[in-house]
Amino acid sequence: MSVIETQGLTYTYPGATKQSLRDVTLAVERGEFAILTGPSGCGKTTLCRCFNGLIPHFYAGELKGDLKVADLSVNEHTIGEMAKRVGLVFQNPENQLFALSVEKDVAFGLENLGMPREQMQERVDWALQMTGIEDLRERAPHELSGGQQQRVAIASVLAMQPEIIVFDEPTSFLDPLGAQKIFEVISQLNKKLGISVILVEHRLDLAARYAGHVIIMDEGKIVLDGEPRDIFNSEQAWLLGVGIPKAVRLWRLLEENGIALKGVPTSSDEATQYLKEVLWRR
Amino acid sequence: MATIEAKDIHFTYRTGVEALKGVSLTIKDGEFVAIMGQNGAGKTTLVKNFNGLLRPTKGEVNVDGISTKDVSVAKLARTVGFVFQNPDHQLFSETVEEEIAFALRNFGFDEAKVEKRVTWALNLLDLTEYRKTSPFMLSGGERKRVALASVLAWDPKVVILDEPTIGQDHRQKENLRQFIVQLNEQGKTVVIVTHDVEFVAECSPRVVLMREGKIIADGAAKRILTDTTLALEASIVPPQITQIFHGLTFLGLPSDVIDVSEAKKILVEHFRGSRR
Amino acid sequence: MSVFEGFRFRHVTSPIHNRDPRIKFLFVLAIFVIAIFFMELLPLLVLFFVPLPFVWVAGVKKEWLRSLRGAVFLASFIFIFNFVFGYLYRSYPSTTTLLEFSLAMTLRFLVLVESFSIFFLTTSPDHLSLALEQSHVPYEFTFAFTTAVRFVPVLAEEAQTIMDAQKARGLELERGNFLKRVRNYIPILIPLIVSAIRRSLELAEAMESRAWGASPKRTNLYVLKIKAGDLALLVLAIGLLVLGIYVRYFVPIPQLSTFLPPLPF
Repeated sequence: MSVIETQGLTYTYPGATKQSLRDVTLAVERGEFAILTGPSGCGKTTLCRCFNGLIPHFYAGELKGDLKVADLSVNEHTIGEMAKRVGLVFQNPENQLFALSVEKDVAFGLENLGMPREQMQERVDWALQMTGIEDLRERAPHELSGGQQQRVAIASVLAMQPEIIVFDEPTSFLDPLGAQKIFEVISQLNKKLGISVILVEHRLDLAARYAGHVIIMDEGKIVLDGEPRDIFNSEQAWLLGVGIPKAVRLWRLLEENGIALKGVPTSSDEATQYLKEVLWRR
Repeated sequence: MATIEAKDIHFTYRTGVEALKGVSLTIKDGEFVAIMGQNGAGKTTLVKNFNGLLRPTKGEVNVDGISTKDVSVAKLARTVGFVFQNPDHQLFSETVEEEIAFALRNFGFDEAKVEKRVTWALNLLDLTEYRKTSPFMLSGGERKRVALASVLAWDPKVVILDEPTIGQDHRQKENLRQFIVQLNEQGKTVVIVTHDVEFVAECSPRVVLMREGKIIADGAAKRILTDTTLALEASIVPPQITQIFHGLTFLGLPSDVIDVSEAKKILVEHFRGSRR
Repeated sequence: MSVFEGFRFRHVTSPIHNRDPRIKFLFVLAIFVIAIFFMELLPLLVLFFVPLPFVWVAGVKKEWLRSLRGAVFLASFIFIFNFVFGYLYRSYPSTTTLLEFSLAMTLRFLVLVESFSIFFLTTSPDHLSLALEQSHVPYEFTFAFTTAVRFVPVLAEEAQTIMDAQKARGLELERGNFLKRVRNYIPILIPLIVSAIRRSLELAEAMESRAWGASPKRTNLYVLKIKAGDLALLVLAIGLLVLGIYVRYFVPIPQLSTFLPPLPF
């Protein structure tokens, strides 16, 4: 059962000479945690904008091809309708928060949908709890750290209880520890609540361990699409200059020198485990 | 010879936040230093004291033996170049050429010299084709290069880069790394402020680790980034290679590994050795 | 940048802070109207002291005094203006009465400043925006107001960063004649404006993605409820207004100067 299905998706920004998306065809299954990556300018941000309808409704220009997200055809539904099923968390935490208190920000989407107050309060409390920021309820966004702000953004999207949340480089402005915390939150949403996740990231060393599906784009096209271990192992991924985790690089180098590990490690823990098995001979 | 010397400096912002609580640091000519630590540890505050943007509320900073309190920012900037994190906070000119010439004209270079230096900087950062382009038309990565070019144009002895790797993809980071290493090899003093451990592991500079306004460690990257106690204290995530090796110490393998190639060498040797 | 400090969300509470902003506004309006009724010093003096207990209860003495200090310049101008013109056109029987009148006009201005000051000092921006919303101001305006207030500290910080970045490229903002100084601000303004535009675009994207405009009837997480304290304040406001009207039309107001010994001039 796919939660995202596209066929031959093509898009050019108005006034642009180059196509930003070229014949993109992919499918993401319900409940999956998929990573979308690729060199700068490959079209991943453009693709994210298509998933919730910003393209074609907010950005002009013609979106060719089919795109169905959570059973809704993007061309035929408004962004408002899509928002109930697809959430989008952006790169810059500061520019996603409008209100003067965290609580009000989390309620923003629900207020827009005209939800009755009691129901809203319950949802807001739930979203704050799920993202671990209940103690920040009354704080103003400007007082928060980048990591906290990003969790507020996630809570505000979560409050609308979408089936799928798309994260567009959510940790760009955060330090590695802050980034890790965000990935943990996202992983919990995926595992505990069954929300499908699409994570656009460059920092694969921190994020790869959570993904079951990796998609790599380049110049508007999908060039690799499959399981993390296969993708990180492929020649093309290396040539593209994608941020392959160091653990994988080590695996590669060891293989070239005759040391075979059980599999391709996607995290440092896995690498340690595989190495132990190979080197511990007693 | 450019030496930056911070003598037990304290800095408190007007809002009352005490960002530096007694920092002493000496950076010698030609060094390559990475100032690391969590967001909010005081890294940017510290480096802003090096070019006079901030002046310590207590203590003194000397650049080339002269206290920053006695010199204007403009004068210090001639020696200490500062590349800010977000290039969009600098770009305002109609062409890339004008943008690069801006600082040169501020410093009083004559037009002939300006022309030469602009051409040189464009070439250095591979931007010659964009000479007459508006900087706003360029991509994010290109704008970062314009910002860098506009600072290197006046050939400062020291170059400070504040979080240069944010938002960059792997290839861009690799290019940046090579560029920075090259700058340093040419004799420039390079100071980078960053929380990107993997990047620092690849560059292997001197690392100054900060936490809550103080320096808690200062030494070779290899030693600092592999110390688990320090990592915990400073709330930094060690490089992946280090994490892997920390789980293998019981095999008698060294724990201070940060580089992939070195890791491979050690493991291959151990593997071959244990087969005998 | 201390003026922006006043816009930072302050977690102060007091019985005054908790009052419904709409009622508070009516109270301030009542004081304003009463102030307009009188040209005599005595009632205006009384009126000046009326908001003081509120200042004390709200715990905003320091900020309130600061706002009055800011008004001193304009207040002295009003005083001098009234006194000089009154003197030149000899519209007053004696200098003491003229003095009294000028003081009264100055005080009227100060009453205005002090009451509005208390209003803004004891009403947090989101409380204010909530009041606007419930007063049926179209949501677009309230939203624009709240968002503007929310971003003031962000913009202030950004302006500082931009100034730092340009200073680090040799830009000297304090040097040169007037024309040059104005031109020196271009490298500050352009990045600021470009950044503001970029920020607006990102905000718009985020708003759309959170179903902005999806429902014609927008609801609100918070609601302002009129409580006992608010009713009390309303009664007080009406009471003051009635008292003011009564005094104006039925009570002869003595000139303060009649109580003082005649001055030498």
